[in-house]
Amino acid sequence: MTTIEETTPVPSPRDAGADGGPLLDVRDLHVEFHTREGVVKAVNGVNYSVAAGETLAVLGESGSGKSVTAQAIMGILDMPPGKIPQGEIRFRGQDMLAMSAEERRKIRGSRIAMIFQDALSSLNPVLTVGYQLGEMFRVHQGMSKKDAKAKAIELMDRVKIPAAAARVNDYPHQFSGGMRQRIMIAMALALEPELIIADEPTTALDVTVQAQVMDLLAELQREFNMGLILITHDLGVVADVADKIAVMYAGRIVEQAPVHELYKRPAHPYTRGLLDSIPRLDQKGQELYAIKGLPPNLLRVPSGCAFNPRCPKAQDICTTEIPRLFPVTEQDGTPVTGRTSACHFWKETIHG
Amino acid sequence: MAELSKNDEPQDVTPNVSKVELADAHSEAESVAAVEAPVGRGEPILQVRNLKKHFPLTQGILFKRQIGAVKAVDGISFDLHQGETLGIVGESGCGKSTVAKLLMNLERATAGEVFYKGQDITKLSGRALTAVRRNIQMVFQDPYTSLNPRMTVGDIIGEPFDIHPEVAPKGDRRRRVRELLDVVGLNPEYINRYPHQFSGGQRQRIGIARGLALNPEIIICDEPVSALDVSVQAQVINLMEALQDEFNLSYIFIAHDLSIVRHISDRVGVMYLGRMAEIGTDEQIYEHPTHPYTQALLSAVPVPDPDAREHRERIILSGDVPSPANPPSGCRFRTRCWKAQDKCAEQEPLLAVPERFKGQDSPAAHESACHFAEEKDVVGAA
Amino acid sequence: MPELTKSADEATKAAAGAAAGATLPEPKPEKTRSLWGDAWQDLRTNWVFVVSAVLILLLLVMAAWPGLFTGADPNDKDLANHYLQHPHYGNVFSADWLGYDAQGRSVYARAIYGTRASLLVGAGTTVVVVLFGGLVGMLAGYFGGWIDAVLSRVTDMFMGIPFLLGAMVALNSFTERSIPVVIGALAFLGWTQTARVMRGSVITVKSTDYVQAAKALGAGTRRILFRHVLPNAVAPVIVVATISLGIYIGAEATLSFLGLGLNGVSWGNDISDGGNSIRVAQFIMLYPSIMLSITVLAFIMLGEAVRNALDPKTR
Repeated sequence: MTTIEETTPVPSPRDAGADGGPLLDVRDLHVEFHTREGVVKAVNGVNYSVAAGETLAVLGESGSGKSVTAQAIMGILDMPPGKIPQGEIRFRGQDMLAMSAEERRKIRGSRIAMIFQDALSSLNPVLTVGYQLGEMFRVHQGMSKKDAKAKAIELMDRVKIPAAAARVNDYPHQFSGGMRQRIMIAMALALEPELIIADEPTTALDVTVQAQVMDLLAELQREFNMGLILITHDLGVVADVADKIAVMYAGRIVEQAPVHELYKRPAHPYTRGLLDSIPRLDQKGQELYAIKGLPPNLLRVPSGCAFNPRCPKAQDICTTEIPRLFPVTEQDGTPVTGRTSACHFWKETIHG
Repeated sequence: MAELSKNDEPQDVTPNVSKVELADAHSEAESVAAVEAPVGRGEPILQVRNLKKHFPLTQGILFKRQIGAVKAVDGISFDLHQGETLGIVGESGCGKSTVAKLLMNLERATAGEVFYKGQDITKLSGRALTAVRRNIQMVFQDPYTSLNPRMTVGDIIGEPFDIHPEVAPKGDRRRRVRELLDVVGLNPEYINRYPHQFSGGQRQRIGIARGLALNPEIIICDEPVSALDVSVQAQVINLMEALQDEFNLSYIFIAHDLSIVRHISDRVGVMYLGRMAEIGTDEQIYEHPTHPYTQALLSAVPVPDPDAREHRERIILSGDVPSPANPPSGCRFRTRCWKAQDKCAEQEPLLAVPERFKGQDSPAAHESACHFAEEKDVVGAA
Repeated sequence: MPELTKSADEATKAAAGAAAGATLPEPKPEKTRSLWGDAWQDLRTNWVFVVSAVLILLLLVMAAWPGLFTGADPNDKDLANHYLQHPHYGNVFSADWLGYDAQGRSVYARAIYGTRASLLVGAGTTVVVVLFGGLVGMLAGYFGGWIDAVLSRVTDMFMGIPFLLGAMVALNSFTERSIPVVIGALAFLGWTQTARVMRGSVITVKSTDYVQAAKALGAGTRRILFRHVLPNAVAPVIVVATISLGIYIGAEATLSFLGLGLNGVSWGNDISDGGNSIRVAQFIMLYPSIMLSITVLAFIMLGEAVRNALDPKTR
C-alpha cells in the first residue's frame, strides 16, 4: 500500500505545465446518497480536467452536483450517506480514489486546497487567525511556532490584509467578511498547492468586495501557476475569470466550452436559457426570458435528457434516450476544440 | 380583475384576461376606497421623510445603560409613486432591510415620518395601524423561513383573511385562497400541503400569494429572489411584474443584485451606511451616475460577457464598509472614496441635485449626495 | 399594455403548468405530511420508541386496572402465614409469586398497585410544570425587556434551591401527604428547567420571518403566540417534559424512601420498607426497584426517541 508512491514517481510540483498532461482529470465520476426516501444520484458520470494555470468554471444551480463533485475530489464527502460507486479522480495521473486515506490526507491541503463559501464557519472561532494560518506549516512542514507565525504574517501580507503584523493575533470574528475570505485564501495558498477548488468563494460577499477577492484570486493563480476550479452559479463572475466552463445540470455535465465560445453561441438549450434569463439593458420593460418549470428532484430525475421537461426544443427522443456528450463542430464539420454538448439537437441550438 | 385593483383610473382598466373573479371583493374594496382617497397613477403614495432607526447598544443585564447606537438608518427621505417600482440597492449593512421593516412598522422608527396618503404611519398603533397594514404588504427574502412550517398552504394564505375578516366572508375564504394560488401560478390542489413539500421558487410564490391576499396597494419586497436559483429568479420576477400590472401595485424592491433591480425598477435609490447616496430614474442612475459610490458599485458588477473583461474599466474600492455604530464624519463614503478631500470630512453632503447640474436638462441632474459629483459612464452603455 | 398583461398572464399560466407538470407526476405518498407527521414516520420505525411506548402502555394499563394483573390485595396482611415468605416463582401472577414482605403483604400485588401512584405523580407534576414553566418561559421569551428580566431572575432564584432538598422541606410541613401534595412539592421547584427551555425556544422562533410576516399582516399578540410561536417552540419542551417525567417518578420514590413521600402504596415506600429486611429478604426491595427502573428508563428512552425525531439535523 505505502509503496505506491515509490513505484510510480510523482512529477515534482513545479514542472507541472511542462509535461502537458492535465493536473486533475475526473473520469466518469458517480456519487450517490442513500437517504430514507431513496437513492439520490447527485453526480452521474462527470468528466472534466484542469491543467496548471488554467481556470475551469463549473456552473450550475443548487442540486446540479457541482459542489458534490468538488467534495469528492477533495475527499471530504460524508460517507455514508455518500457513496462513489464508480469513477476515477486522477491527480497527476494517479487515481486518488484508489489511494489510502493517509496518502489522500497528504495531498489534501498541501497539493489540493479548497476555499469555501462561508469563511466565518470555516475558521475556528476560538483560535487566532495567525495560529490557524501557522498550523499549516507546523503540521505539514514541522516548523517552529515562531517561524510559523512569521510565515502567517507573510501570507496575510500576500493576500493584502492591511497591517498584517498587528492583526495576526486577532480572532476570526474581528475581521470583516471580505477579510475573512482573504484569510481563507491565504490558508489555501499556504503550502503553495497545485490546484485550488473554490466553492462559491464570493457568493456571501458584497459586489465591491467580491471584485477585490476575485482579482486577488486571479492574480495569485497567475503567480503560482495553479489550476483553479471555480464553482459558482453566477454567470457574471464566470465571464470575468474563467478559461473554460463546464455547465452542470442534474448531476451531469451538459455542455463544455471555452469561455468566449460559450457566451457567444451556447450549444445546449439549458445554457442558452440561463444566458437569456439575465436581465439585459435593451430588454427593459419587457418580460424576462424564463426557463419554465423547476429544477429536477434528484430522487426522480426525468428519463432521457434530465432537462427535457423544461426544454423548448424537446422531442420524443429526449424523453427516451440520454444524450451523450457530442463533440461540437462548425457548420462545415470542422471540430471546435474543447466543445461538447449533451443535447440531441446541439446543431440546431448552436447554428439554428 | 378590475375589482381587485381598487385604485384603477377608468382608462387603466385592463381587459379581463385573468380567470380571477373576486366579485365579492367589489363592494368591500369600494367601501375601503371611499374612506381612503384614491391616489392617481404617478402621484406619491408613500412619502418617507428623514427616517431614522438607531439600535441602542447596551451594557448590563438588569440595569441596562446605553453605551452607543448602531445607526442602521440615519435620515433617509424618498417618495414612492403610485404604480411604480422603486428599487433600493446597497451592500449588506447599508440599512436597506431596516428600511423595509420601518415601512412595515415592524420596527419603530427612532425619528422621522412615513406618510401613507398623508397619514404618518410611524405614529399609528392598534386599529388604525391594522387598517394601514392591509394596504402595505411584504414579500420576504428567504422562502424557507418566511412560511410557518406547521401550517398548511391554505392556512398560510388564508391567515390574512382571519386577521382582517372584513376582506372576505368566512365561507368564501377557501375559494379565495385557491384563486390566489392560481394567480401566482401554483396548482390550487396544493392547498392542503405543507411548505416543506415545495421548492424554493414555489414557496416564494406562496409568500407572494399571502402578500396579495388583502389586495394591498404597496408591496415591499426585501430581496425576493436572491435566495432562488438563477433559472427560477426570472420566473418570479416575471410573475411580480405581471401582478403589478394586473393589480396596479406599487413596489419597493430592495435587492443587492443591480441588474435585476434595473430590470424591474422605474426609479432607483442607492444606499450607503444608513444614508441615501443617490436617487433617480433607472437611466439616470445606471447610465449617468454622479456619486462615486454608485460608480464603484456599478463598475464592480460582473458582466456576463467575457469579451468585456479586458477593456472594462473597474473601480476597485479599497477596504470595507465602516461600522454603522461609528460612521465617519461628514460624507460616510469618504474613507473609501478616491475623490475625498478635507471638505468631505468636515461637511456632510446633502442629497440634492448637485450645483453644477442644476437647471440643466441632462440626465445627470438628479439627486446625489456628493460634494464632487460628476458624471462617469461606468457601465459602458452610452 | 393589454398585450403585455396578457403575455405576462400567459407566462404565469405556463409557469403554473410547468410547475404542476414537474411536481405532479411524482408519486407523493405523504400527501399532507406535517413536521409532526414526519417525526411520526421516524418514530414508528425506531425500536427505542417502540419498546418504550409498549412499556409505557403496559404501565398505564397497570395503573388504571391493577386488578387485571393480580387478584391479591396490596394491603392484605397476614403476618402469621406470610412473614418474609420467599417467592414461589412457579406460581406466576399469584399473590405469593414474588413473596411477602415483613408485614405479610404480597410483594407482587404491591409492585402492581404502586404503578398508579408513581404514574400519577410523574404525569401530574409534568403537566403542572409544563403549563406553569411553559407560560413563564413564553412570556419572558416573547415580551423580553423588563418582563424577561424579572421572570428570568425569579427562575434563577428557584433554580438555585436544590430540587430534592426543597421538596423535602416542603413536604415535611405536611402530615397528610396525598398525591396532589407531592405533585405540588415537586412542581414547586421543577418548573424552572421547562421555563428556561421554553424561553430560549420562543426567542429563536419569535425572530423568524414567518412571525415577522404575521406581524406585518397585522396579527394580534394572541394569534402570533398561539398560531405561530407556540406550535414551533413547543418541541424541545415536549422532549424535556418526557425525560423529566421519569425523573419525577424517581424523585417521588426517593422522597418516599426518606419517609417524606406519599401515604399509601408506592414503590418508594416499599423500597424503604424492604431496606429494613435487606439482609434476610433482598427480594422485597428488588421488585419495586425493578419496576421503578423500568418506568423511569421507559420515559427517558421515549424522550430521547422523540428528541431525535424532532431534531431537524437528523433529516
